[in-house]
Amino acid sequence: MKYLILIHQNRGAREQFAAMSEEVQAAGLKAYQVLNASLVDAGEFVAAEALADDSTSTVVRLTDTGFVSTDGPFAEAKELLAGFYLVDVPSRERAVEIATQIPEVQGGAAGVEVRPVMDYSTGEG
Amino acid sequence: MTEPVEGLLRELAPQALAALVRRHGDFDHAEDAVQEALLDAATQWRDSGLPANPRGWLVTVATRRLVEIWRREASRRRREESVAADPVAPVVSGTDDSLELLLLCCHPALTRPSQVALTLRAVGGLATAEIARAFLVPEATIAQRISRAKATITRSGARFELPPDAELGTRIATVAAVVYLIFTEGHTASSGPAVGRADLTAESIRLARLLRDRAGRDDRLAAHRGELDGLLALLLLTDARSASRVGDGGRLVPLAEQDRSTWDRARIEEGVELVTGALRRSPLGPYQLQAAIAAVHAEAPSTDRTDWPQILALYDLLVAFAPGPMTSLNRIVAVAMVHGERTALAELEDCAAELAGHHRVHSVRGHLLERLGETAAAVEQYRLAARATLSVPEQRYLMTRVQALTG
Repeated sequence: MKYLILIHQNRGAREQFAAMSEEVQAAGLKAYQVLNASLVDAGEFVAAEALADDSTSTVVRLTDTGFVSTDGPFAEAKELLAGFYLVDVPSRERAVEIATQIPEVQGGAAGVEVRPVMDYSTGEG
Repeated sequence: MTEPVEGLLRELAPQALAALVRRHGDFDHAEDAVQEALLDAATQWRDSGLPANPRGWLVTVATRRLVEIWRREASRRRREESVAADPVAPVVSGTDDSLELLLLCCHPALTRPSQVALTLRAVGGLATAEIARAFLVPEATIAQRISRAKATITRSGARFELPPDAELGTRIATVAAVVYLIFTEGHTASSGPAVGRADLTAESIRLARLLRDRAGRDDRLAAHRGELDGLLALLLLTDARSASRVGDGGRLVPLAEQDRSTWDRARIEEGVELVTGALRRSPLGPYQLQAAIAAVHAEAPSTDRTDWPQILALYDLLVAFAPGPMTSLNRIVAVAMVHGERTALAELEDCAAELAGHHRVHSVRGHLLERLGETAAAVEQYRLAARATLSVPEQRYLMTRVQALTG
């Protein structure tokens, strides 16, 4: 079962992180490396990325006059989609467990959403 | 690689691995060695033709590779002297050790995804990249899953032999569950990006045949023959319908609308014969019962002219043998065909607690309500089911029902 773990970061968390001591920052980055390595080691890793600030987004829409793209910044939501993990695990419980190991979640800087990935199988029958 | 060479290699891979493990132990490195030998064989046999004795060739090359791996490991550990220069005699063994291999690959200390990956590589002879493609994950993830699984097996001290009789039943049940899972991964893949999964169907049927053949020849497995016959029968009977269950663009076709003329008669015949024999000779079990249900469907000319009382009786037994939400829900569909939709709905509510949260509850309830003409309520149930399912084709099917009833 694949799950997408979406990291919804509190607005301002990145700025707060940058204000922390170098040691705390290093420990935070190290914690991510440890988590990533443990997922690779467990054979559960599919993909993980940090996303740039949403002010750098481009939104593309089809209108009557063709495609129109609009660059950010946009009106800010309370939370920022800051990154994701895509994992392949035996159960939802395991996906939730991984979610609680994400350093930002442990530090209270982000909420996390665990969403099952749909597949193209036709189910039983 | 050409088809015949590929097929031959898949057949020989577990035999070569078994020969190495029986002779040298060290399942972990032996498995790597056979993988390397398979790659050698794939190129050499294609370029220079098949050797006179393909199995012997593969065992010899794999053994050479194993010695190389040991040397690499040894030099890494700076204790080269500890590796005896084991003279490599050709291994002549007529024994079939596929079951011992399957039991190792499906060791209870492993998670299900690890059991599946290891089985496909060690017994199925699939390359890591092929397994990764089938499951849409990076190759490194599958490689790590396999290497971790092998380390777990080594740590557990598992031996290359049949477990004691007291354990054998559960261990074989696990192997059967893994083979069945590999089948459903292949069988239910209809469209979308998951190409190449049809191979998994063929592979699982091959594994089920291996298991059955071995059980037929080995009296220690006599008690399990019925269920292994049942497993193979179930796979054949289900696979026989595969052409009809998916329409254009991956559209899901329900049983009632499937074109039965496309069903594979040879597979049905073989499956029916297997399950009939098993039911006559062996103690009942869940695979035989599921195969028997599939056989009744396979032999019916249409949904209306299906022997539903027999199907319901089989589901009653199956619920007792292997309770589970899918079994209960399928049974309720049979209840509707025999006793009517009202009775089925009442029974569905009776087991609602047990089935809580299963999205199929909504699709079954929607189906029953639709048949009763309670359109608005049916639509609501189909919408709930569509929101809850994780299968794209199933979601499309449910949305189509909503369209048909509201349009």
